[in-house]
Amino acid sequence: MAITLKVNKQSHTIDVPGEMPLLWVLRDVLGLKGTKYGCGISACGACTVHVDGREVRSCVTPASSVENRNITTIEGLADTETHPVQMAWEETDVAQCGYCQPGQIMSAVALLSKTPKPTDTDIDSAMSGNLCRCGTYPRIREAIHRAAEMQTARGGAR
Amino acid sequence: MNLDRRSFLKITATASGAFVLGVYGVPKAFGQAPRRSFNAVEPLAFVRIAPNGAVTIMAKNPEGGQGVKTHLPMLIAEELDIDWKDVQVEQADGNDKLYGFQFLGGSTATPANWETLRRVGAAWRQMLISAAAASWSVPASDCTTKAGRVVHSASGRSAGYGELVAKAATLTPPALDTLKLKEPSSFTIIGTSRGGVDNRAIVTGKPIFGIDVELPGMLHAVLHKCPVFGGKVKTANTDEIAKLPGVRKVIVVEGTLGNEKILPLNPRLEPGVAILADSWWYAENARKSLKVEWDFGQGTFQNSDAFTQQAEDALKQPFGQVVSHYGDVDGSLQSASKVIEATYAYPFLSHNSLEPQGSTASLKDGKLEVWSTTQDPAAARRLTAKITGVSESDVTIHLMRAGGSFGRRYVNDDDVEAAWLSKQAGVPVNITWSREDDMTHDSYRPSGTIALKAGLDAKGSVVAWRQHYVTFGDGKQSILQGGIDPRDFPAGYVTAYQLGMSNSIPLYIRTGPLRSPGANSQAFVYQSFLDELAHAAGRDPLDLQIEMLSRQPATGFVVQPNNPQALNPERLRGVLELVAEMSNWRKRKSEKGRGMGIAAFFTHQTYFAEVADVSVDSQNRITVHQVWAAGDVGSQVINPRAAENLTYGGIIDGISQMEQEITLLKGAVEQTNFTRQPMLRMRQAPNIKVQFRKTEYSPTGLGEPMLPPALPAVANAVFAATGKRIRTLPLKRSGFSFA
Repeated sequence: MAITLKVNKQSHTIDVPGEMPLLWVLRDVLGLKGTKYGCGISACGACTVHVDGREVRSCVTPASSVENRNITTIEGLADTETHPVQMAWEETDVAQCGYCQPGQIMSAVALLSKTPKPTDTDIDSAMSGNLCRCGTYPRIREAIHRAAEMQTARGGAR
Repeated sequence: MNLDRRSFLKITATASGAFVLGVYGVPKAFGQAPRRSFNAVEPLAFVRIAPNGAVTIMAKNPEGGQGVKTHLPMLIAEELDIDWKDVQVEQADGNDKLYGFQFLGGSTATPANWETLRRVGAAWRQMLISAAAASWSVPASDCTTKAGRVVHSASGRSAGYGELVAKAATLTPPALDTLKLKEPSSFTIIGTSRGGVDNRAIVTGKPIFGIDVELPGMLHAVLHKCPVFGGKVKTANTDEIAKLPGVRKVIVVEGTLGNEKILPLNPRLEPGVAILADSWWYAENARKSLKVEWDFGQGTFQNSDAFTQQAEDALKQPFGQVVSHYGDVDGSLQSASKVIEATYAYPFLSHNSLEPQGSTASLKDGKLEVWSTTQDPAAARRLTAKITGVSESDVTIHLMRAGGSFGRRYVNDDDVEAAWLSKQAGVPVNITWSREDDMTHDSYRPSGTIALKAGLDAKGSVVAWRQHYVTFGDGKQSILQGGIDPRDFPAGYVTAYQLGMSNSIPLYIRTGPLRSPGANSQAFVYQSFLDELAHAAGRDPLDLQIEMLSRQPATGFVVQPNNPQALNPERLRGVLELVAEMSNWRKRKSEKGRGMGIAAFFTHQTYFAEVADVSVDSQNRITVHQVWAAGDVGSQVINPRAAENLTYGGIIDGISQMEQEITLLKGAVEQTNFTRQPMLRMRQAPNIKVQFRKTEYSPTGLGEPMLPPALPAVANAVFAATGKRIRTLPLKRSGFSFA
């Protein structure tokens, strides 16, 4: 069926079954490979994207359910590759293998948009749906605090 | 230090005939690979300098999160004398003729490349100096370099590397062993923290992982395998599946498994039904309609409950064989003031790399290209050539960043599948395993059971240690990774010692190395039991270990003072003392429900001691608040912040393992996804403090050795908090869980 998706401010009309998960539309149909497959059952968070600014697990989100909504992926997080969270991640040297990090970043951006100055407890509850097999949690925590400072310095959350 | 592929094998299989396949479990076929010293590299292949002075350094090893893509090029850049900000790093293809030994594993990257890659950088620097000296007609010895320029101070002349490279490239590189390397005191890159070279690509979602490869005309594939390893397809509704949306081809895979009772690491091709489609989801979704009648084959006899019973039975019997023995164990036990006995058990584990197994291959006009996340490119080449009938020289292995490896990506079964499917389909094929495929068709860390008996004298010293290790095998040969290292501490530092093994329990699932193989289970057993002995003797567990490590090695124990693979007791003592200081161990408080535990281990040439601070609630739920880790990787930490990252990660990995298990029912793995395979999450991750103790020894690796002590440090802390001893993993089998 023809479905129109608005991804990273661009509109795409594609012909796929309505139940095809958003993850696979992004990866295999639109060629946006930044969003990752980890479990397929919403247990690891590697596939996290934003729909209308809220985090969703794209591996269990049927494409038809997000038609004409604003979908943001890791590729569309910033117009200039300088989103404070991405910068904080880079400067903090968070990644080991890096595979889960796009999902971690999308969850962190969602957290910071609601809670610009999160406490460690806020981070624990917002980020515990994202698995990191390499164990980068201490650095993720550090990077979120750093991103919060950077966003404050820039004059508030985006 | 000279470590080629053969001696790597020799080292891993050293010390005992019973230690059949080595701690690392490298299969025999590996040893038949052509012998190439890692020193036999082509220095010219590692560096490109553009006329404008931009420098590209090749990253030779596969990258799976250990940071080698950054820290190995740092070694070259240091001696080349360039500014790190002017360096671009590019991933090399698999090509051991140019790059020498390319391998991810065994924490080998640093020890195997520390000398060679610095010499590669120095060779380039020397050629650039020679080129400048020749064009200025001055002696090369009067020239120096500074941040990408050759300088002749006497005449005030200087030239950028970019201006000199055309001439330099015509020169013969100097012999690597003739070059003089920098003194560590003048390092400007080594020993400074440099962010990962792929950081920007990672945080912006660039397609750099194996799963991201997309080629024109490529099909996406799944290979649906029998729940029981090696089971074959009797019938399948392939015609029906072929008509489903997006599906292009359905292929019944007969497979090429052999009849071995002891399975090899590289399994050839496993049987099943392959579905090739326009998107991975079409293939995966079509699979839901797949109806297969299986011939389950020879693996259905396997049940975890039965394995537990068989291990208990084996412990009632004499040792199948004595692996290692010195001193009079019987006599020492008889005269001991106290005899302590305990049985420990640990489960099968899967690797759970977050990027599941997968590979992309394109076979066209007799040439095979593979985009692989392998840890062992030479094996990927050999195996994909064999399955497709293409000659090895016509195979190109492109190395993609791996979303975690942990020992799983030695197997190359995904590469074999992609290559074979590309041949069958006549188009490029990407195969991606589902999480369920990944967890149920792994190369598992095998379970094991160890019964220990030790004697203490009146002063509380350990005078006898006997252990009976039960693993799988045919009674003669153990399964892959079923070996046990008879050199592990406390061997050599107790008065009398005996290690026996029984390996008669049959197994027919693939086993293989998991991060810090051998040590990831043995450290838990030995360091927990030593803690038991200390408590039985009324001694501080730290004092007990320090006292043992201060002894002369026991008579009859073979000491290898110049072998970096053998324990240096002073270094293990050093990290124990450092971690005690970091954690304020000697002033720790004792309160109900909260406790600290200490553990140390030497493995992969590196030393770690760790202290965990935990609390345990009334429902036996454990919170790990803090871990202190002291490491000794020798004289130099190359990339300090990255080293800290790896240490955090290895400790969190080790703690995660305490909750994990793989169990078998009628030959099928029961855990299929993360819902039944817990992994530490953000809210459970402890604070971790890391320090490195600098010693005089050549630098060693950090892929693995911080992991093993994490388990016993936590288990010993739980004992301190509760008085209850965790002897069986996962935690739930000892009545505990993580909060």
